[in-house]
Amino acid sequence: MTTDDLHGDVTVDALELAAELSGAEGHAASADLAEYALRLGDDALVLSQQLAGWIARAPELEEDVALANIALDLLGHARSLLRFAGTWDGRSEDDLAYFRDESEYRSAWLFEQPNGDFAHTIARQLVASVYMFELYSALASSSDPTLAAIAAKAVKEVDYHRDHAVQWTLRLGDGTEESQRRMTVALRDVWPYVGELFVDDELVDRLGDAAVRPSQLRSGFDDVIAAVLREATMTVPDVAAAMGAGRSGGHFPTLGYLLAEMQVLARQHPGATW
Amino acid sequence: MVTAAADAWRVAASVHDPEVPVLTIEDLGILRDVREDAGRVTVTITPTYSGCPAMDTITQDLELAYSAAGYDRVDVVTVLAPAWTTDWMTPEGKRKLEAFGIAPPTGRAAVPAGPIRVALAVRCPRCGSLRTREVSRFGSTSCKALFECLGCLEPFDHFKVH
Repeated sequence: MTTDDLHGDVTVDALELAAELSGAEGHAASADLAEYALRLGDDALVLSQQLAGWIARAPELEEDVALANIALDLLGHARSLLRFAGTWDGRSEDDLAYFRDESEYRSAWLFEQPNGDFAHTIARQLVASVYMFELYSALASSSDPTLAAIAAKAVKEVDYHRDHAVQWTLRLGDGTEESQRRMTVALRDVWPYVGELFVDDELVDRLGDAAVRPSQLRSGFDDVIAAVLREATMTVPDVAAAMGAGRSGGHFPTLGYLLAEMQVLARQHPGATW
Repeated sequence: MVTAAADAWRVAASVHDPEVPVLTIEDLGILRDVREDAGRVTVTITPTYSGCPAMDTITQDLELAYSAAGYDRVDVVTVLAPAWTTDWMTPEGKRKLEAFGIAPPTGRAAVPAGPIRVALAVRCPRCGSLRTREVSRFGSTSCKALFECLGCLEPFDHFKVH
């Protein structure tokens, strides 16, 4: 490293692509499988990065630890899914996370909703974790062995995330007048982004038994949400759906800022290790 | 006389978990397979949780352990399926955990799933009281929950059933 290096004490190595890919068990993904894995991986990655924003800022220490743990689990899911997606064209999980632009991301708008106050984060967690639990429960029976393995692992962890979100929804919804008011506002704010999670398209048609048809998850999702909200003395919001376009690369305005923060270091120091 | 395969397993089983250093990776149940072929070893491990940050360290520790034991080459393979469960933790591992001050997993994870969670009481690793309370299901690492003892009033980690 030269003494006039502006970036200081960072060693830069070539990306060890082979090592990154070695964890992808067995076969390489087809183009369609890679695209599907990107959708799921980006949902998990974006939500993980959002939750990490609560570290050192949560209302209490235990909650700080809980949200960080959930973020770490989601990062694990994202790594497995992006690694698999990368077997299609030889990109590593880091290439996919740090060197794709906003329009190349495939996350749904729900996960791009801002953290807001704690109630907004819990409302987003409730929708996200109930959806992911239904998704990974079904995907564990995928005809693709890699997706099935990732899902079977993830569903055990998402079970905790769902329980966490449900417990908080009950406490806030059935708590004080103020906590219920804020939880109600929060749920109403995230609800327009629910619909996008359950839209089928041609990709899912082509993948057949390897993927899960999003529309098939809706009734299970609705049943759980209805039961939780009933117990929380709340009601399912009656608001119009947003026209989310995340699967085709159209994103909520928050994603660009999130990626800028997440990607800046890797882009300034490609291949950096420390 | 130690066979080559048994020796290769013994080397892997000597590696400790970096986050719970009283346990070897064998105790923890994340060491899944060791194959030896003419001095070349392939070790298969599985993460406890998907995001477990210890896997890279464990891989390096395995490479160092085999190098020190005189093996030419080791390949470490990470698999996700079948998903790890605390049911694979050895009785010895559970005993070491408790002696270290971490309450080991109680009961078994592999029971039919239902809507109601029935948890066995968690014994305080310090005073042995069963009067304990879960403070948070999320602890200092993914695999642990934070508990407190209502007997001796000390907080402690519980390695949760998973």
